[in-house]
Amino acid sequence: MRVALFVTCVNDALYPRTGIAVVRLLERLGVDVDFPAAQSCCGQPQYNTGYRREAEPLLRRTAEAFAGYDHVVTPSGSCAAMVRAHYPRIARLAAREGRGSGLEKLAEDLVPRVHELTEFLVDVLGVTDVGAYYPHTVTYHPSCHGLRTLGLGERPRRLLAAVKGLELVELPGADECCGFGGTFAVKNPDVSAAMAADKTAAARATGAEVLCGADNSCLAHLDGTLRRAGVPLRTLHLAEILASTEEDPLR
Amino acid sequence: MTRTDLGMPAFPPAAPFPPGATFPPGATSQAFPAFPEAAKEAVRDDVLRANLRRATHTIRDKRARAVTELADWDRLRAAGKAVKDHTLRHLDHYLLQLEAAVTAAGGTVHWAADAEEANRIVTALVLATGEREVVKVKSMATQETGLNEALEAAGIAAYETDLAELIVQLGHDRPSHILVPAIHRNRDEIRDIFRTEMAGWGRPAPEDLGDDPRELAEAARLHLREKFLRAKVAVSGANFMVAETGTMVVLESEGNGRMCLTLPDTLISVVGIEKVVPTFRDLEIFLQTLPRSSTAERMNPYTTMWTGTADGDGPSAFHLVLLDNGRTDTLADETGRQALRCIRCSACLNVCPVYERAGGHAYGSVYPGPIGAILSPQLRGTGSDIDATLPYASTLCGACYEVCPVAIDIPEVLVHLRERVAQGGPVTRAGIRVRLRPAHGHTAERAAMRAARLLLDRPGALRTAERLLARARRLRPRRLPGPGRAWTDTRTLPDLPAEPFRDWWLRERGTRP
Amino acid sequence: MTTRDRILARIRRAVPAPAPDEATPEAALAAIPRDYLRVHDATWTPARTADLLAANLTEYRAKVHRTDEAGLPPLLARLLSGSRTVLIPPALPPHWLSGTSATLVPDQESSNAHDLDGVDSTVTGCALAIAETGTIVLDGGPDQGRRRITLIPDHHVCVVRVPSQVVDSVPQALERLDPTRPLTWISGPSATSDIELDRVEGVHGPRTLDVILLGAQ
Repeated sequence: MRVALFVTCVNDALYPRTGIAVVRLLERLGVDVDFPAAQSCCGQPQYNTGYRREAEPLLRRTAEAFAGYDHVVTPSGSCAAMVRAHYPRIARLAAREGRGSGLEKLAEDLVPRVHELTEFLVDVLGVTDVGAYYPHTVTYHPSCHGLRTLGLGERPRRLLAAVKGLELVELPGADECCGFGGTFAVKNPDVSAAMAADKTAAARATGAEVLCGADNSCLAHLDGTLRRAGVPLRTLHLAEILASTEEDPLR
Repeated sequence: MTRTDLGMPAFPPAAPFPPGATFPPGATSQAFPAFPEAAKEAVRDDVLRANLRRATHTIRDKRARAVTELADWDRLRAAGKAVKDHTLRHLDHYLLQLEAAVTAAGGTVHWAADAEEANRIVTALVLATGEREVVKVKSMATQETGLNEALEAAGIAAYETDLAELIVQLGHDRPSHILVPAIHRNRDEIRDIFRTEMAGWGRPAPEDLGDDPRELAEAARLHLREKFLRAKVAVSGANFMVAETGTMVVLESEGNGRMCLTLPDTLISVVGIEKVVPTFRDLEIFLQTLPRSSTAERMNPYTTMWTGTADGDGPSAFHLVLLDNGRTDTLADETGRQALRCIRCSACLNVCPVYERAGGHAYGSVYPGPIGAILSPQLRGTGSDIDATLPYASTLCGACYEVCPVAIDIPEVLVHLRERVAQGGPVTRAGIRVRLRPAHGHTAERAAMRAARLLLDRPGALRTAERLLARARRLRPRRLPGPGRAWTDTRTLPDLPAEPFRDWWLRERGTRP
Repeated sequence: MTTRDRILARIRRAVPAPAPDEATPEAALAAIPRDYLRVHDATWTPARTADLLAANLTEYRAKVHRTDEAGLPPLLARLLSGSRTVLIPPALPPHWLSGTSATLVPDQESSNAHDLDGVDSTVTGCALAIAETGTIVLDGGPDQGRRRITLIPDHHVCVVRVPSQVVDSVPQALERLDPTRPLTWISGPSATSDIELDRVEGVHGPRTLDVILLGAQ
């Protein structure tokens, strides 16, 4: 089984520790991971902001970078959703507008092979107990694209619940958006900040030590809000918790 | 707007913009601020935030329970979508069929290309009856056309009879929700409005009026009853029009609709052309999905269905005004036309986290919330500040699409309209296909997106940029300049890593890029 | 060019022209999958359907009573004991109100809204009732009369024959109704949730709705 890590541009530049955690986790589970260096960004910021054509070269690059792998795993629900839900539309429209020859074929070929991390663990590898150890109280925020576009459902919480020592507390209003929304965070800063304030207040009220998520973009927004407010609540990507073991615990 | 003194009940003074204003397409929307600015005010209003939060959370939980009751919800949703799409595909056919059926049943059908024409037709019809006042059932279409103001200018008083619309009208206010137009008002505010304003319009509120919703509803009952009993002309909208039979359908709760639809001699219904459904049987879908999606009830208290005129029961004259007002332009857009499936349930408003914080007024339209964000820029065009910013008034979280009973993919249309704003493209306005130029405000963004793409499409350059970023990690600023300031105003920047992931991979796993 | 022609022309430009081999609108409509349920519980019996109707009406604050033919006149007399005047449609079975002491006011076309406003109660039959939604439907039949008589008086008593007039679901109801008649669907007394989404029963329509399920006990 040839498995490629699609680390995403945000994780590559800002959260390499999440990418490293995915590599360690998957290798621990016996998966042979590769990192095709030709990958960059899926094009989601361009597409969601209204620059569909700017996303076309990135679609081609992404599809070509991961050609030939059985599975492409990404620790980001929104990037997985970009590929699965929007690549076919981008390719179809490009073809109709007389551009992007072969994009449709590339998209069609890539889409079924792309998995968000928790989908890969639960559906492809068939595991929920990944042998992790993390003796802390954790609450989980399911980011919108994972929750609604991909339909991740209970997968992330099942994985967390199986972590040794971890106490999972439910986040009230978990399915409500945190207010990040890509360029929304800077185009509508007041509403975005109000949503973050409500989300972080809900997380804080759970009494958890850690606010866990599976999308570092949302977590950057929530972590930035918490730190600016001086709230001692740590944000962590799910992969980092799952990578933590008794022998090599996450500090 | 002209004030009139013809021995009729005094009109409340026209309030300064924005309260009291309506939003006919392309007109007053020009004067409305961009969404982020309008939302800023609402976000700071703690009372409004609390009112909205309480109301939207109550209704969204109730809706979820009402929908869960039906095991076949997804199938009803799919069938509703299919029937609406089918109708839009053959809209000319069904409108002609509807016209023939309404005419055969004793009604008269009028066609209005835009708001002004619709208002002109209704005004002339009212004037021809010799009456100078009308009672109104809550109608989105006539709010969209600004009918009340047009009637006022012609010396005709229009009385809103839905409780929430009455609150809005008496308060010189604007509706902020499709189903609950006064959702932004709490009981104290409503009591004050009734106490100070009712007397100017008719029967005053009791001197000792309290803030119990029962008392407030009773005050509205007494105030409006004298108007219902003497009304000779009513104006309504309709939830559905059945092409096959010419049957009009109005769903309501309070009974004000029944009063307006059955007591007056003349009934004028202004209805968007997209409200037609092919057959009477098709109502079996929407009469199940609409009440549960909007008021979270198995069925709303009252539904009235009428076909033309009936001997001895109800109005002796029925006029149907079919309204285009941007709908055919919307129909011409392959992605955007799905917005015409909307049955105005407002479920999308109630689950929208942006609506919950920004409130309905920030949307600068009679259609607030997610559906408004895709409807207004299509009906009115994207020329004004508000209409060009509405497509961005969303995090694309998808909660709206999930609850929509006719499966409108609102996030998809939002992204599509963002593209129209940012990049321009083909669009139909007033029936003419034109190519829109990119909006002015997006020049820098366009350049940045292009630059980012060029960088991201060259991994070598990307790696260099990432390394430079890592090297600059000690310089982490508290405030960023330019658009980045909007981030750092409320959020600390993330700590920069010592090296990007790809360098770690290269070092630890050793494959050459 | 009239506005009508202009709007029709815009529609025809907006959507693709029908292909020569395309199905007619009627055929295309018939081909739409309608795999939703005709009834939400196929195991309903007439008795359970009546129970469901009663439960759903009650949940929306209608007052539900059950009786048989013999019990109807005394029940109506009791429900109307506080009424001085009772408005009646043209063809209400006369014996229904045989025990009632209130003054009966037959509805007349000449009586205007103000006249009706002075009447205390109204008694009607119905076209049918829908169990799943707790709805009664009036179609202006001779035992129901004009729409206004069930609207202006503050008290409406509606008699539903069980099981003959009760259907399970909305789809079954539409099959039985005649769209050319004026139809009024009533699910509980009038209500509003316009103030803080707090439900208040009784705004403009009758504030009290009594529904009598009439059948063998």
